[in-house]
Amino acid sequence: MSLARVSDVVATSVSARRSRAIAPTSGRRPWTFYVLAILFTLYLLALYGPMACIYILSLQDLRGGLVFPIKGLSLHWFVDLFTQVRTGDVQGSFERSFKLALVVTVLTVVVSFLAGLGFRKRFAGDTVVFYMMIGSLVAPGLVLGIGVGLIFNAVGIDASLFTSALGAQLSWTLPFGVLVMFAVMSRFDHAWEEAARDLGASPWQTIRLVVIPVLAPGIVAVALFGFTLSYDEFARTLQTAGSLNTLPLEIWSMTLNITSPALYALGTVTTIVSFLVIGASLGTIAFMQKRREARAPGQQGGAA
Amino acid sequence: MAQSAAFKRNLAGWAYVAPLVVVLIPFFVLPLIAVVAASFFETDGFGGLFPAFNLDNYTEILTSGLTFNLYYETIKFTVLTWFFSLLIGFFVAYFLVFHVRNQLLALGLFLLCTVPFWTSNIIRMISWIPLLGKEGLVNEALLKLGLIDQPLEFLLFSSFAVVVAYVHQLTIFMIVPIFNAMGRIDKRVVEAALDAGASRFDIMRLIIVPLSKSGIALGSIFVISIVMGDFFVVKVMSGGGSASVVGAFYENISVLQYPTAAASAVLLTIILVITVGLIIRFVDIRKEITR
Repeated sequence: MSLARVSDVVATSVSARRSRAIAPTSGRRPWTFYVLAILFTLYLLALYGPMACIYILSLQDLRGGLVFPIKGLSLHWFVDLFTQVRTGDVQGSFERSFKLALVVTVLTVVVSFLAGLGFRKRFAGDTVVFYMMIGSLVAPGLVLGIGVGLIFNAVGIDASLFTSALGAQLSWTLPFGVLVMFAVMSRFDHAWEEAARDLGASPWQTIRLVVIPVLAPGIVAVALFGFTLSYDEFARTLQTAGSLNTLPLEIWSMTLNITSPALYALGTVTTIVSFLVIGASLGTIAFMQKRREARAPGQQGGAA
Repeated sequence: MAQSAAFKRNLAGWAYVAPLVVVLIPFFVLPLIAVVAASFFETDGFGGLFPAFNLDNYTEILTSGLTFNLYYETIKFTVLTWFFSLLIGFFVAYFLVFHVRNQLLALGLFLLCTVPFWTSNIIRMISWIPLLGKEGLVNEALLKLGLIDQPLEFLLFSSFAVVVAYVHQLTIFMIVPIFNAMGRIDKRVVEAALDAGASRFDIMRLIIVPLSKSGIALGSIFVISIVMGDFFVVKVMSGGGSASVVGAFYENISVLQYPTAAASAVLLTIILVITVGLIIRFVDIRKEITR
C-alpha cells in the first residue's frame, strides 16, 4: 500500500488495531527476536548515523574539513553560507523553494482530496486515470522534465518556477497525495455521509461538515507529503525551473563544486526545516486525534 | 433511466478527478509524447529540432557498445539495490509486526523509520562521505582495530558506495508496503499453523511470504523505477567511475543532442514498463491500494 499507509497509520495511531503477537503475548521471546532486534538497531543506526555526522561536522570552525576529526566548534560555516557569494544564492533559493512548496502543498491537498472522493465510486475510464497516475509516479523524473521543457518550448512559453516547475512537481506530488487519500478514505465510514444526507444536508454541507472534519488528520498527512516532496524535489525541477534555482538545485551544484563544511551546513539547515515541517504535521495529527477522543468518549477513535 | 443514472455517476466521477487529469495531461502525458516524438526527429546539433521520421537515433544507440555498458551498469545497480532493500525491508517489517508486542512501540519505531523519507535525498547521500571516505570513520576504525594496514579505497566513490546510498534511501519504500501487508495477516492463521506443528521456517515460507506478496510487489515497483530513473546518486557516489542510462541522457541533453537522448529515454521507458507490467501481472495493485 505504499507510503500512503504512513499517514494511515499516523491517523489511527491511538486506536488499537488487531493483535500483532505471533504467539502468546507473554513468555520467553524466541531467538529470532534478538537477531531481528539487532538488525533493526543497525538499520536505524545506518539511517540516522550518517546524517548525525554531517550535523556535527557542520559545526566546525574555519579549519574544518569534510571528514572527522572535528576541528573547533563554531557557526562559521552557517554564516559563510548566507554571506558568501561563492557558495551561490542560498537565501534566495531557500525562499523560492519554500514558496513553491507552499503552493504545491495547497494544490496537492485540494486536487488529491477531490480525486480521492472521485475514486470511491467506479466510473467509466477510472482505470485509465488510475494508471496514468501510477505512470506519472514511476516515470524517470529527468525525462519528464525534459519533456515538459520541450512542450513549453513548442508552445512558446518560457520555463519558470511557478509554471513548468510547479506542474512538473505536481506530477510527482499528486500521485502520492492521492495514494494517501486512498488509504485515509478506506477507513471512512459511509454511514456518516448517509446520516448527514438523511438529516437534510446538501452535498456541499455533507463534505464541509462531515467528510472534511473526519478526514482532517489524513488531509494534514497529504499536506506533509506535498510540502516535503516539493521542497526536496530535484530531478523533475532540474530542467523546468528556468533561470532561478530551487534549494535542491543549489545543493546539487554545491556538491559538484564546494568541498568545505558549508555543504554540510546547508544540509543541516534544510534538514532542520524538514524536521520542523514533519514535527508540526505529526503534532497536528496527534492533537486532532486527542481532541476527537476527548469529545467523544467511548466511541471508536481513529475513524479517519 | 438506468442509463442516465450511469451517465450521472460517470460525470460526477470525472468531475472529481478532472483537476488531477488537468495536471497529468500537460505534465505527464504530453511530455512523454514529446520525448517519443523527439526520438524520431532530426537536429542541427545546436538544439534545433526538425520534425522527421528518422530511425537513425535508435540504430545509433542500439548498435553502440556504450549503450550496452550503460544498461549493464544501471541494471546491476537496480538488481543489487532491489535485493538488499528487500532483504532489509522485509525483516524490519517482520520484526515490527510479529516481534514487537507493544502496539504503540511498534508504531513509534515504524514512524522512526519513515522520518528520513521526508528529508532531502541529496543530503542523505552526501552524509556518507565523512563515513566512507579514505579518512572517513569506517577506515579510521578499521585501522585502529588493526584489521587493515591501509585505508580501503573501495568504500567511497565506487559501485559499493552507490549501492549503499541507494539502499539507504530506498529501503523505506520496501518497509512501508510490506509492513502494511503483514499487518493485515490474521494472527490466528499463524497460531493455527503453530498448533498444527509448523516450524518457524514453514510459517515464513507458507504463510508470511505469500501473504506479504502484494507489499513486496509494490515496494519493488518503487525501488526499481526510482533506481532506473536516477542519475544523481551514480554520478556523485561512483566518483565518475560508473555511468547510468539517465546520466548519459543528461549528458546528451547538455550537449543539445535531444534526439539521441530521447531515443535512449524511450528505450529505458519501454524496459521500465515491461518490468512494472510483469510485477503488476502478479498483483492487482489497484485492488491492493484501494482496499
